[in-house]
Amino acid sequence: MSLNTDPNFFTPGKRYFRAFSPGDDFYEALIDMHRDLSDEQSAMANARLILLLANHIGDISVLREAMKVAREGV
Amino acid sequence: MLSTYQYPKFEYRRPPEIAEGREGGGGRYPVVVVGAGPVGLTAAIDLAIHGVPVVLLDNDDTVSIGSRGVCYAKRALEIMDRLGCAEEMVAKGVSWNVGRTFFREQEVFNFNLCPEPDHHRPGMINLQQYYLEEYLVRRAQSLPEIDLRWKNNVIAVSDQGDRVALRVETADGAYSIETDWLVVADGARSPIRHMMGLDIEGKIFMDRFLIADVVMKADYPTERWFWFDPPFHPNQSVLLHRQADNVWRIDFQLGWNVDPEEEKQPEKVIPRIKAMLGWHANEEREFELEWVSVYTFQCRRMHEFRHGRLLFTGDAAHQVSPFGARGANSGIQDTDNLVWKLKLVLDGTAPARLLDTYSEERVAAADENLMNSTRSTDFITPKSATSRTFRNAVLGLAKDYPFARALVNSGRLSVPSVLVESPLNTPDTEVFAGNMVPGAPMDDAPVDSTRGEKWLLQAAGNRFLLLYCMPDAGDVDAATADACTALAAGAIPVETLVVAERGTAPAGLGTLIDVKGRVRERYDLKPGTCYLIRPDQHVAARWRSLDAAKVRAALARATCNA
Ligand SMILES: Cc1cc2nc3c(=O)[nH]c(=O)nc-3n(C[C@H](O)[C@H](O)[C@H](O)COP(=O)(O)OP(=O)(O)OC[C@H]3O[C@@H](n4cnc5c(N)ncnc54)[C@H](O)[C@@H]3O)c2cc1C
Repeated sequence: MSLNTDPNFFTPGKRYFRAFSPGDDFYEALIDMHRDLSDEQSAMANARLILLLANHIGDISVLREAMKVAREGV
Repeated sequence: MLSTYQYPKFEYRRPPEIAEGREGGGGRYPVVVVGAGPVGLTAAIDLAIHGVPVVLLDNDDTVSIGSRGVCYAKRALEIMDRLGCAEEMVAKGVSWNVGRTFFREQEVFNFNLCPEPDHHRPGMINLQQYYLEEYLVRRAQSLPEIDLRWKNNVIAVSDQGDRVALRVETADGAYSIETDWLVVADGARSPIRHMMGLDIEGKIFMDRFLIADVVMKADYPTERWFWFDPPFHPNQSVLLHRQADNVWRIDFQLGWNVDPEEEKQPEKVIPRIKAMLGWHANEEREFELEWVSVYTFQCRRMHEFRHGRLLFTGDAAHQVSPFGARGANSGIQDTDNLVWKLKLVLDGTAPARLLDTYSEERVAAADENLMNSTRSTDFITPKSATSRTFRNAVLGLAKDYPFARALVNSGRLSVPSVLVESPLNTPDTEVFAGNMVPGAPMDDAPVDSTRGEKWLLQAAGNRFLLLYCMPDAGDVDAATADACTALAAGAIPVETLVVAERGTAPAGLGTLIDVKGRVRERYDLKPGTCYLIRPDQHVAARWRSLDAAKVRAALARATCNA
């Protein structure tokens, strides 16, 4: 499998009528996760989140691809 | 400053209560609307079209002053069509569908509001709010049911249980009137909300925006342009829109720690605009300021929109930040939802409980509007360093990666809510594809009718409708035609329109020819499929075959008569 960079967010069982809604649901939850955290705490939360998601994805070739894209742009 | 617009001054007339010496009371009306902004005017026109006499009170004598609403969305235009006023608006306004978003120097994303062909109205028009109101006033003045009273200031309101009593102040003194129902459309500050001691809850965004209307000749395409962190206004956002008469709307985000009075001064504003135009066109372009203001925005709503005999609509009931153009657009949808219900209640064919569903349905819609405009505001003005990092990461990825483009949020522009949770819907019992679920506002499509209608939405509205699909309209059998005739003769009439590829329906039934097959496609029609449509062009129920008993049950449910 290769890295999927097309829109891919959904909520099981939820019907969306507007294309922008699932991505916005995700983004709001992401920003909410950081509410009231200091910058340092946020950085730690982000690191933990990446580790959890990386394990969930599992396929290290996909992860390497994502890491490459992430690093290239900064 | 230069003015491209001559503000009309509407004439105050001595109200009949004062002229006839009935200042103390006696005047009793079925409906009074307070506030002749876009929402109150729309409500009054809609009531008049439903044959309800209405008194419309406004404490001013002109249209909206300065820079306010610009973008009117497809659904609002479809409602204006139903009220007979969209044509002028679309003719004067600037139609557009494409929005472009820039991050620093580069375009990262663009969207098309109306990617599907074969809709009557465009995704959006841009039109100064004063024109919108001027056209609505003209329409209202042409309707004999509307008694429009300028410079009539409502100073007291009390709900008497079986009626509402109002005290109104004029240059000739004060007078009292009574009404069965009061539609409150007196704007964001809503004096009536205060008089009734009612709360509105939400939050104010800690940011200021410079809103400039500028007159200039420019050949930029008619698109919405939004910049995040542009070189000419670093770390902030800028929005550009074309309006009628070569007037351009420019919004500059300023941050919280600026002095609004100072920022409004031409010597501050002009260099900002010059920097922007210079960056874009690389040339000196002549322009003049038409209007400049500095705004802060809030997102809040009342807990309920019905309070006894008072029905709150528009900004009086809810306010959003303007990035989704969801203010007037949603207020207009409030009255679209309210008026047919009020008409049935006034007629005695539906219980007052139907008006609670106005609140339920429009509170749900307001929450969707608040959610979307809050999300846009949070994306545009991040509240923490982490939030800003994520925002800039999204913008940085957007150029190359489609998933990130979908996350770019420079305003989710007004689209109508699908009222999926409404108690007025009859849930599906059969399988349908597509989005025309119970509670959905109808999708438009080209048609041809014997009455000359060219669009499906022109054929719908202002009454309950049964759309019945039959490839050859002449094939509708006698028993079905009789059942439809009986539906049309009920206490709440349901008119049947046969959606067909060809032929003419039996007498008493209308025919819509689905000229491009879009109705079939968008509504997943098969022979025998029927849709029950509300007077506000929302789907109430649908079936794969016509059973008059089921239609009656769904009609009862949609009108709280079940
Ligand atoms: C900068 C800006 C940009 C915007 N852009 C958009 C946009 O692009 N699209 C959009 O849809 N919306 C937009 N809006 C929002 C839009 O302007 C409002 O949502 C809209 O005007 C609300 O209409 P209304 O009829 O509810 O209230 P108002 O327009 O506020 O009208 C209320 C009326 O009530 C009258 N009144 C008040 N008190 C009394 C009283 N006691 N007695 C009698 N009369 C009274 C007032 O004189 C006024 O005429 C924008 C707003 C701003 C500020």
